[in-house]
Amino acid sequence: MLKFILKRLLIIVPMALLVVTVTWVLIRVAPGNFYSTERSLPPAIEENIKKKYGLDQPWYIQYGTMMGNILRLDFGDSLKYQGQSVNEIIARHFPYSAILGLLAYLLALGIGLFAGIVAALKQNSAFDYGSMAAAMLGLSVPNFVLGPLLVLLFSLYLYWLPPARWGGPLYLIMPVVTLAAIYAAYIARLTRAGMLEVMRSDYIRTARAKGLKESKVLLKHALRGGIIPVVSFTGPALASLLAGTVVVEKVFAIPGLGNIFIQSVLNRDEPLILGIVAFLSILIMVANLIVDISYGFLDPRIRYE
Amino acid sequence: MSENNGNLLTVNDLRTYFQTEDGVVKAVDGISFELKKGETLGIVGESGSGKSVSNLSVMRLIPEPPGKIVSGDILFDGIDVRRLSDEEVRNIRGKRIAMIFQDPMTSLNPFLKISTQLMEVTQIHLGHSREQAYDHALEMLRKVNIPAPEKRIDGYPHEFSGGMRQRVMIAMALSCEPELLIADEPTTALDVTIQAQILELIKGLRTELGTSVILITHDLGVVAGMTDKIIVMYAGKIFESAPTKELFAKPANPYTKGLLKSVPDPAHEHGEPLYQIPGLPPDVANLPPGCPFAERCDRAEEICEREFPPFVQINENHHSLCHFAKEVHASSGGE
Repeated sequence: MLKFILKRLLIIVPMALLVVTVTWVLIRVAPGNFYSTERSLPPAIEENIKKKYGLDQPWYIQYGTMMGNILRLDFGDSLKYQGQSVNEIIARHFPYSAILGLLAYLLALGIGLFAGIVAALKQNSAFDYGSMAAAMLGLSVPNFVLGPLLVLLFSLYLYWLPPARWGGPLYLIMPVVTLAAIYAAYIARLTRAGMLEVMRSDYIRTARAKGLKESKVLLKHALRGGIIPVVSFTGPALASLLAGTVVVEKVFAIPGLGNIFIQSVLNRDEPLILGIVAFLSILIMVANLIVDISYGFLDPRIRYE
Repeated sequence: MSENNGNLLTVNDLRTYFQTEDGVVKAVDGISFELKKGETLGIVGESGSGKSVSNLSVMRLIPEPPGKIVSGDILFDGIDVRRLSDEEVRNIRGKRIAMIFQDPMTSLNPFLKISTQLMEVTQIHLGHSREQAYDHALEMLRKVNIPAPEKRIDGYPHEFSGGMRQRVMIAMALSCEPELLIADEPTTALDVTIQAQILELIKGLRTELGTSVILITHDLGVVAGMTDKIIVMYAGKIFESAPTKELFAKPANPYTKGLLKSVPDPAHEHGEPLYQIPGLPPDVANLPPGCPFAERCDRAEEICEREFPPFVQINENHHSLCHFAKEVHASSGGE
């Protein structure tokens, strides 16, 4: 088990470097750069800028320097936000995304699991049809539609909730709901399908034949097997929720990592882009590792070596 | 005791139907039988003949919907099982009536330790504490001859072989010393040597604990040495019921004769093809008006297609569902 975790942690390093490399190539291949504007610069000034940022060196030197910095976990300074290091910027903006993402994750899990389990137990009931219809809606309404609709209703008509920005708990409600909706819908559907499958299995019949109460059959015997498909989904879901979702942060004007990420791309802020990409890729890989480890606790048949 | 004539279980005209897209499937359609204390009953038939459903009905384990016990009485030790509340049924399940299922690979919960699965039975029914339940579970594993039970008890089902898992199932079923054990094809998923061991085990424990047993199987060879009497089921109906010896010696139903002929005979001459009953079991959603076995029967006459056969009494304990029961009975035995 320990060996497995160690191995997986070690793999993260080359994977992250690979992701960074691909991103670096893409930035360089795309036309334009951070200093280009609509007016073309005088050649002398351009020479100076290139010299200052080492852009006059051959590409392999530039790549080598960049890699060297990253291996020391130093992504350098942002090109746009003068005097601020990439690490500082990430550290400042990630907490917004993390809080938002974590809350949305918990909400989605809570609603999704509850709705899925109840729908499976009361298959073909009104609750089943209702919650699955709601889940379908949640899946098909994109969050850039849901967000503004919520704002329209709760802020502009009802004056219940603040429409945007970061403040007290009230400010969190709509972004969290917007973010959680699609995940809750997905989790509900996965849970329902998983539970239905398990409830039909032989070992549930055995549990009933033993005279167990239905609640015990469900919680002790069925739940573990039923939520395994959900677990495999929640890993990537957690990662992408934590990483900040660009759209929701944009809609609600939250200064999270997603917002900064988009800005950095628009600015061609190479160090910042690479820094965020490296950070996110590590985050996703760690989240997946956590999921794989939790499988082992859920299902004793899975052994790691 | 007196009002049930020493019968532990009396099933009277039981009908269990399933609502499907193809119509109503009469999985069990009017079967009756009795089981005395300490007796062993064999229920034999092809797949889909209703043998499992009739026993799941006794335990009220029919998934509802689509299934439903439509009519009939199930009297267990004088208790009308159909009238019990869910809680009262739960108090019987696993305690007074226990069940072993066909596939030990899937019948144990893969996510829970063997100890947990064994312990919960006595914890609910006998009010055991954790320690008591654990000790009892160990003792049960010892009883079913699991080697080194102290080491195996905290293992998971996937660490056990098929035969060992079935032993665990038996240990689980017998934890509370039930009065009735229903074994639903307990050896079908196991290879032949393990089959013999498991049957021996059930036999031994039955004698030791005085448990009544219903043994469901499609293998006449299995019931021959174990049962006191046998019911042959076909298309949800009882085709023949008789004491074991008599059924083997003088069957009174062409279907039973077919089944008997299909049992492989080791003394049989090499190279001869094994006998099999021609055709397939009927679609129980669309049964013809006549005898459901008629089109596969080598003795069928015109009346068989037209009229449903009577349940003929051959002697006190021997019945057969056939227009020609008496003739078939008379002609058998000499072969």
